[in-house]
Amino acid sequence: MIFLFYMLSAIMIISALLVVFSKNPVNSVIYLIVCFLAMAGHYILLNAQFLAVVHIIVYTGAIMVLFLFVIMLLNLNKAIIPQKSRVTRISAVITGGIFFLVLLAATRQTFEIHARYPFRGDIGLVSEVGNTLFHEFLLPFEMSSVLFISAMVGAIMFGKKDA
Amino acid sequence: MDWTILIYKTIFLFIILFVTLLVAMYSTYGERKVAAFMQDRRGPNRAGPFGLFQPLADGVKMFMKEEIIPLTANKKLFILGPSIAMTTALLTGVVIPWGATLKIGGREFSMQIADLNIGILYVFAMVSIGVYGIMIGGWASNNKYALYGAIRAASQMISYELAMGMSIVALILTTGSLSLHEIVEQQQGMHWNIFYQPLGFLIFLTCAFAETNRAPFDLPECETELIGGYHTEYSSMKLGFYLFAEYINMFVSSAVIATLYFGGYNMPFIDQLGLSPNTVTLLGTAFFFLKIFGMIFLFMWIRWTLPRFRYDQLMNLGWKGLIPLAIFNIFVTGVYYFFTELT
Repeated sequence: MIFLFYMLSAIMIISALLVVFSKNPVNSVIYLIVCFLAMAGHYILLNAQFLAVVHIIVYTGAIMVLFLFVIMLLNLNKAIIPQKSRVTRISAVITGGIFFLVLLAATRQTFEIHARYPFRGDIGLVSEVGNTLFHEFLLPFEMSSVLFISAMVGAIMFGKKDA
Repeated sequence: MDWTILIYKTIFLFIILFVTLLVAMYSTYGERKVAAFMQDRRGPNRAGPFGLFQPLADGVKMFMKEEIIPLTANKKLFILGPSIAMTTALLTGVVIPWGATLKIGGREFSMQIADLNIGILYVFAMVSIGVYGIMIGGWASNNKYALYGAIRAASQMISYELAMGMSIVALILTTGSLSLHEIVEQQQGMHWNIFYQPLGFLIFLTCAFAETNRAPFDLPECETELIGGYHTEYSSMKLGFYLFAEYINMFVSSAVIATLYFGGYNMPFIDQLGLSPNTVTLLGTAFFFLKIFGMIFLFMWIRWTLPRFRYDQLMNLGWKGLIPLAIFNIFVTGVYYFFTELT
């Protein structure tokens, strides 16, 4: 198990780095797909089969297909990286660093959360996820679906020229 | 994990792999015979009795052909494309229950490789990854016709995945389980899901045609517009992989349809014959394959009967026809179960 964990983590980190470093956008997208698949592997190690498969369907199967689709349609074959001014670059580094700090702080918190809610083997199975979503978190769940609907309506409004 | 189960599963895995490849191989032969029958021809009849060795001859031909990778193509992705297509096509068979349990030496062996509790979603995930094979292959060829084919394939598969997922949602409402094994067990006797979900079945069937890129939805490889579609630049066994993956997909989706809507390995009236459990299991598996072959025949029948859709017709049918219909189906099913569970 621990060997699988390290292998998946290595695949994930390497492919995530390659997403950033590869010059060709199509290669970036493919490395991102590999990264997502490795993440699904992590879910399976946690016995969260439902989450793993939904992750594959939504991220790998739908969102990344659209990414790839757009990149192919725009034919972004060569890397076109416009040279930015020094101020932009320095501010980008600073904001990135601050974001990293926030992430670090958030990760530190997880130790406490982990101590309070110990890991259960059945937590990612479909019935468990469904019960939690529709009992404990019903209102946030419904609210997020309303958000999705409004986003969809907004996209359609943008798409229609003479609305 | 004890060793007998492990060994049994490994052997069973190889049997399923072998059977899948064999059925896919003879589907090519079957397709040509069905086409010939529909067009009043003889079909392949030179290699062996009734042309039965034709698939072997075709396979050898594919391997012997010259292997060409175009100079302007992206080499790695060009090779990756058919590999993905083939791998995802083969991976789906893992969750399908091919039969009930066999009793050997007082122990029960399930005729299913992995009984995931989210079996349907697994099938769905594999289908959604399968589109990468076509997209990556078509893009890496660096040929405009191949790119057109790839883009058509991607948009078609995304559009029809939605309706397919929604028809499955209605099915899950009826069965109350995502495990394929349980769904089959619930359909014992003649309680086949097709009687409870006729509309869902029609939607699922249409989407299955679109997802496997079979006629009348074979726009990604439409010869008259796109030369060969996404595999225009492919030759030798890489082309063979693409063509073969289509037949494997057809076999697997027939198996999924038979599992979900036609009772899987259940045979009506088999319990009244008084046979031993092992015989019943084997007969059930044989009957399951009979259902699968029936579905494959339906695939072929439709291919050689209906003309191809136009692209806008395809999109209209997907987004304006099937998706609202699927939502309606979910609604009706939901209302029905709401009122029957209340009383």
